[in-house]
Amino acid sequence: MMLITCPFCGPRADTEYVYGAAAGQGYPAPDAQQHELTEYLFLRDNPKGWHRELWVHRHGCGQWVEVERNTLTHEIRQVQALLQHEGKE
Amino acid sequence: MRYSVWALARNALSGHRAWPMAWKNPAPKKHYDVVIIGGGGHGLATAYYLAKRHGVTNVAVLEKGWIGGGNTARNTTIVRANYFLPPNSHFYEHSLKLWEGLTQELNFNLMFSQRGVINLCHSPAELDGFARRYNSNRQNGTDGDMLSMDELRKLVPALDVSPAARFPVVGGVIQRRAGTARHDAVAWGYARAADALGVDIIQNCEVTGLRMDGGAVTGVETTKGEFSAAKVGIAVAGHSGHLAEMAGLRLPIETHLLQAMVSEPIKPFLDHVVSSGAHHVYVSQTDKGELVIGGQLDGYNSFSQRGSFARIEDITAGMLALFPQTRSLRLMRKWAGAVDMTMDGSPIIAKLPVDGLYLNGGWCYGGFKATPAGGWCFAHTIAKDAPHDLNRAYTLERFSRNALINERGAGNRPGLH
Repeated sequence: MMLITCPFCGPRADTEYVYGAAAGQGYPAPDAQQHELTEYLFLRDNPKGWHRELWVHRHGCGQWVEVERNTLTHEIRQVQALLQHEGKE
Repeated sequence: MRYSVWALARNALSGHRAWPMAWKNPAPKKHYDVVIIGGGGHGLATAYYLAKRHGVTNVAVLEKGWIGGGNTARNTTIVRANYFLPPNSHFYEHSLKLWEGLTQELNFNLMFSQRGVINLCHSPAELDGFARRYNSNRQNGTDGDMLSMDELRKLVPALDVSPAARFPVVGGVIQRRAGTARHDAVAWGYARAADALGVDIIQNCEVTGLRMDGGAVTGVETTKGEFSAAKVGIAVAGHSGHLAEMAGLRLPIETHLLQAMVSEPIKPFLDHVVSSGAHHVYVSQTDKGELVIGGQLDGYNSFSQRGSFARIEDITAGMLALFPQTRSLRLMRKWAGAVDMTMDGSPIIAKLPVDGLYLNGGWCYGGFKATPAGGWCFAHTIAKDAPHDLNRAYTLERFSRNALINERGAGNRPGLH
């Protein structure tokens, strides 16, 4: 079990959250080229180690948070509220 | 040596101390025509078909651990071909056909058991969906039948079909030619057969880098030295992206956790593989009597090979709902594998946009059943420098063209496929 500290609710079990996607994708520009769209939609770094990712506190406050988690050890280094407009689904 | 009842009798006379090694442990050469990275089922099958069908025998299979010690030994051994979309349907049917003759071809008992895979339906809509899928399968030349409740009761007497069940069962479908195979035997069988055809199998040899020259791959750097190679094929479940990254490529792949577990052995009570989409669970019983139980992904990127207890609870709760009499069983062991989840849930068997580099990967949670056809198509792609009709759709470029092969209809969220 992972303990994710929600910036609004405090430390909660990972079962209260739902994993979203890799963070920091950013929206492509309205006139983006095909390869930029492909990159945005489908290509991921998939690191073995520290990974910035989005989780939603579905069974808590409902807010999206950005989590820095190690994909090898499941250690969590940082959780922060998501900036406005970034990476919303 | 050919395995047979006579070989068994002969070796019994010498107390079974004179059996030859199933495959050699050769010192690596400096140059290979083809280097396959990854000595799992897919890598070994590729080497075997390269030698057998295409006459390419100067081949090395590099395995960072030992043969049969990776994901080939972590899956739940199920073989089926009930996919809906035409590219998948034809590919997996070809795989199933190869499975049907594989024990004889490899002269290695794969314990392939065509016991039938049953999918349960818990709503009329689900039943309609499966009817459509299985009709399509039959059109594509794969077998598949609908099951009435009476047939279902007869085939799986242990199943709770009462209206009081958590999700009442309203019907089911069966693919009778589907079933299970002994998973590590598949790796051993292909390893032995490839070795006999002259392939070098090099264990404890991890690839640390790709040698590039003028934008083309010319060899590999490993913990056992450098080898030059005209062509390099990647077949490494869970780590495809890391190998591709060595050539500067990003893949539409995330690595996720998939758990499975095994109960203590009990008397035979389940003759088929039974799967339920509503409960996200599937169960079969091994020849030793253990129940093998699998379910869905843990849901987040992970290389830890360590699953969460919450998912174990989900999966076992599903099994208890289907088979309430298993409630007093104890789990003997559980494990988690790292699986390459693609963005559309379908694999990639293709030449990569770097000369000399080929990829067989992105098998999501279903690579075991694909082992024979995956190796068969990958060998063809490497030998001919062009895909076979069966893997023509499994390109990397499909993601740039948005020509996805998406069985589930889920979006670009690998964890949902």
